[in-house]
Amino acid sequence: MLGKLSLSAIPIHVPILVGTFAGVAVVGLAVLGLITYFGKWGYLWKEWFTSVDHKRLAVMYIVLALVALFRGFADAIMMRSQQALAFNGSPGYLPPEHYDQIFSAHGTIMIFFLAMAFMTGLFNFIVPLQIGARDVAFPFLNNLSFWMTAVGFILVNVSLFIGEFSQCGWLAYPPLSEKQFSPGVGVDYYILALQIAGVGTLLTGVNFFVTIVKMRAPGMSWMRLPVFTWTAFCSSILIMVSFPVLTVALALLGLDRYLGMHFFTNDGGGNQMLYLNLIWAWGHPEVYILILPAFGVFSEVVPAFSGKPLFGYATMVYATCSIMILSFLVWVHHFFTMGAGPDVNAFFGIATMVISIPTGVKLFNWMFTMYKGRVQFHACMYWAVGFMVVFTIGGMTGVMLAIPGADFVLHNSLFLIAHFHNVIIGGVYFGYICGMNFWFPKVMGFKLNESWGIAAFWFWFFGFFFAFTPLYVVGFMGMTRRLNHYDNPNWYPWILVAMFGAVLVLLGIVCQLTQLYVSIRDRNLPENRDLTGDLWNGRTLEWSTSSPPPVYNFAIVPHVHELDAYMHDKEHGINTRGAGEGVQYAPIHMPRNTAAGLSAGIFAFVLGFAAIWYIWWLAVIGLVGIIATVIIRSADKDIDYYIPAEEVARTEQEYSRQLMAQAAE
Amino acid sequence: MAHDTTIQTAGHDEHHHESPVVFGFWVYLMTDCIIFGTLFATFAVLRNQFNGGPNGHQLFEIGGLALETALLLISSITYGFGMIAAHKNEINKVIVWLGITFLLGLGFVGLEVKEFIGLIHEGAGPDRSAFLSAFFTLVSTHGLHVSFGLLWILTLMVQLAGTKTIPERMMSKLTCLSLFWHFLDIVWICVFTYVYLASMI
Amino acid sequence: MKNKLLARMARLGGLSSALLLAGCDAGVFDPKGPVGEEIKSLIVTSSIAMLIVVVPTILLSVLFAWHYRQSNTSAEYLPKWCHSNKIEVVIWGIPVLIIIFLATITYKTCHSLDPYRPLEAQATTKPVEVEVVALDWKWLFIYPEEGIATVNQLAMPVNTPVHFVITSDSVMNSFFIPRLGSMIYAMAGMQTQLHLMASEPGQYQGLSANFSGEGFSDMKFVALAMNAEEYRDWVEKVKASSDQLNKETYEQLLKPSVKNPYAFYAHVEPDMFDSIVGKYNNGMVMHKKVAPDGRMESAMSGMNMKEQD
Repeated sequence: MLGKLSLSAIPIHVPILVGTFAGVAVVGLAVLGLITYFGKWGYLWKEWFTSVDHKRLAVMYIVLALVALFRGFADAIMMRSQQALAFNGSPGYLPPEHYDQIFSAHGTIMIFFLAMAFMTGLFNFIVPLQIGARDVAFPFLNNLSFWMTAVGFILVNVSLFIGEFSQCGWLAYPPLSEKQFSPGVGVDYYILALQIAGVGTLLTGVNFFVTIVKMRAPGMSWMRLPVFTWTAFCSSILIMVSFPVLTVALALLGLDRYLGMHFFTNDGGGNQMLYLNLIWAWGHPEVYILILPAFGVFSEVVPAFSGKPLFGYATMVYATCSIMILSFLVWVHHFFTMGAGPDVNAFFGIATMVISIPTGVKLFNWMFTMYKGRVQFHACMYWAVGFMVVFTIGGMTGVMLAIPGADFVLHNSLFLIAHFHNVIIGGVYFGYICGMNFWFPKVMGFKLNESWGIAAFWFWFFGFFFAFTPLYVVGFMGMTRRLNHYDNPNWYPWILVAMFGAVLVLLGIVCQLTQLYVSIRDRNLPENRDLTGDLWNGRTLEWSTSSPPPVYNFAIVPHVHELDAYMHDKEHGINTRGAGEGVQYAPIHMPRNTAAGLSAGIFAFVLGFAAIWYIWWLAVIGLVGIIATVIIRSADKDIDYYIPAEEVARTEQEYSRQLMAQAAE
Repeated sequence: MAHDTTIQTAGHDEHHHESPVVFGFWVYLMTDCIIFGTLFATFAVLRNQFNGGPNGHQLFEIGGLALETALLLISSITYGFGMIAAHKNEINKVIVWLGITFLLGLGFVGLEVKEFIGLIHEGAGPDRSAFLSAFFTLVSTHGLHVSFGLLWILTLMVQLAGTKTIPERMMSKLTCLSLFWHFLDIVWICVFTYVYLASMI
Repeated sequence: MKNKLLARMARLGGLSSALLLAGCDAGVFDPKGPVGEEIKSLIVTSSIAMLIVVVPTILLSVLFAWHYRQSNTSAEYLPKWCHSNKIEVVIWGIPVLIIIFLATITYKTCHSLDPYRPLEAQATTKPVEVEVVALDWKWLFIYPEEGIATVNQLAMPVNTPVHFVITSDSVMNSFFIPRLGSMIYAMAGMQTQLHLMASEPGQYQGLSANFSGEGFSDMKFVALAMNAEEYRDWVEKVKASSDQLNKETYEQLLKPSVKNPYAFYAHVEPDMFDSIVGKYNNGMVMHKKVAPDGRMESAMSGMNMKEQD
């Protein structure tokens, strides 16, 4: 009846997990209690969970990403402290079977649920506004995508308390991840969680591709597209091309495990090298999926705070597109040590290095954007300049790893770990946080506290160097990744330094939380309110709306005359909003909120959980539930509505009055 | 399957964008195409890994396959007639053509299931060898797509029954399903030649 | 093959890296064999080539940000300036030149450091053959020429090339002796190859560089480099052992174990290694000896090593 599920699946004998569970339960109950006490369930349901508004979904994605950050970072600091303790005969406090789950979960969560969710959040908020659209192409699918991503994350976390998570690393290489060597449910949690979240990601890619192709405001030709939107576009293409490959790779691994097939098994003619090729044919484009939007953020932030247009817009676009294409020609560099011949290795090594050319050009473009500008040291600029410093080093170590000869001794070492944290923290994370500081007032209508933001930056910046420079060093000393314990005395001091770095990063995260708390607390102070909607003298269309923007974004769809459309309009005295005396507003056609996304998400959770535990009757219920939800949704005729013209006029006039009051001050 | 449920977007009516639904679904089909492409690549890598078991030459029979292929190809034509009727707003004809397409598709799936059962009884199931794993996975992925297509046809038939006109939203659903159905036809031709014929030679 | 400039840069880099890692006497920067030496000089050369552009980039980005700060009103301000062909040429040109240089050394070293390629010393010295099997979680070394085998202890004479043929009878592992040079994967049913040589006597740690499950952290072995006489003694010592490696003892060995003590087998069944590889391929084993042109079977053949019937 319950498949493999029994009481013994609940790890009551592991004190860390019991403690975590207690903590999560207390916090969770407190949150639920507060929501109930303040009577906010209806509000959450109506305004958030069922919302198809891209701006609301953006906020939910970023909240999900921040929760994933806490979980992923908790894993990180546990790993660092384990390695700081487990030296010279001491086993540390985490036995291998627990430690192996932690590093597997850390990688999985940070990539799929922190980075991807944060990125999708930024896409959601900014892309429709930047291209002058009222929503994405498929608002319902957007809501569905969010719930699929959320369900994937919930499944990963359920594995903490029911059963176990994968112990095979974040990419679950077979044959280790095959049933023969990993008979538990851990790998099944991994596969099902990523498959469900992958559906969401794929739909997001399709959604934004179609949105950008089809829904640009009149006049917005491709070479007038803001750079962030360009990067979102390239990322969406990469998602559409690479995620199906991940889906297949994980599905085949699942078939091996569930139906005894022989894709990647040692015996039966299986081929483990095929899995490595498939997973990296997705995995390498994946890192560019993440980094391109970060580049996009810097391309918006640096001009805004330098008081100048972006240097070399066309170059930036070509560089972005060439990175997108090249990212498919480099996957073999993840396994130079598998025995391919020198010519194959040389090809993929050199192709990898070639990517550093357009990437380097981008860095120079941001530099020359600051050149002869008026650089304001807002918190955003700290993250941006910090990125330039950190990422350059990461790029250099990346090229080192791209040289097969060097990779022969650095592969799978802590040098590799240091490298990719260097680009993912220094590039992706710095970029997304920079973007959060930049667009937060647009989303919420009030500023993020700057002092705490700058403090967070310095802790992250130095924390990064303290945590990862030692890993470069011990990597050279032959220390491999994923070690539970070791006895080399030369490594020990470096590992302690890395531990110190992790503590600095922890303080950075505390500063970020404080920043959020202080900003929300002081949101109504006049100096924190964003009444104009254009706090940074912005260049692109999102700054032409109020903060937060009305649900329909643009009462009158703007016409684009030039790159940096809003700046052009401001300089030429054009009212981008088309507001003024006697303007006739038309009713606006909007999609109606729907519970179908959440419903499909819940059934997907049921399906995933049941499949993990071999509870087949329940899995059938989940599957039928998903199909039924979709069919009912397709028969639903009440999916849209019109905002009456009078209401639009009221909202717009209100904003105009607010702007005039500001101008008068 | 979820794609027929999207609605036209806000802002659609003002600046005369054409409906993104059909375009979006076409883009989605391209990602599906990559799934099939990856499965074909997998099959190419594993096609000679028989693990001492039977090979395609010993297993496949041309007779049943020719019938399967014929059913699927004809169903594409009948769907086409259905679309013509839809453009003329002849709802009853649309339902009839969809019904015929459904039966042909059902015949295809039935034959495929029969073939699979036969293979498994011969001891040539998907767990026998890497070749058979790749074969079953590729062919049944196509078969599952066809089955979802059947469900979709049924849904649209029910939704069409009793209506007087075909609204724009229903028309774009019919168009998406048409794309889907023809796409599966093309994939089947690749399966037929690359998996069956090439293994039998 | 290397020009003088390269060599000089390598020496310079060697000095700076020695400073950087002063006091750390282990690892990749303290190689004890020709492969490791070449890799070290490759890492140093490429790092220096990149630092030529990396250091100015970092300095300039901080300098620009600071010099053009808002409060510095004496700095020039061109609010519309956003294009310059001259700068574009330079910012594309410099990375292109550096990458051309790196691509050249990459291509050369891909061939000179190809793990399947016999070392130069092999022209004059007959290599020692060692067959390596990765097990859960220990390393089995078979010396086919001597008919002996060991677990977790690898001995080799100094200044004699060693030809490793590597497989796994479990999950994927990576065979790695950091101070001697390159690593390579060990995969069941397949054979990879590696050529290494120790130029100084000593004990070097060997390990698995690819995560292989619970016992991974302890999956280490010791590589003993010794002079020819000691090596002969070591072989005799192993031959004097009372243990033998046959089907039964191998079955015992196959069981997962952590921190397996050293084991010495005086005799190994001659087809032991082939049967380990062959059991995943219906008994088929690809020949792994030197091709007529003196070059090892290499490259993508590794990908096609499976049964092809």
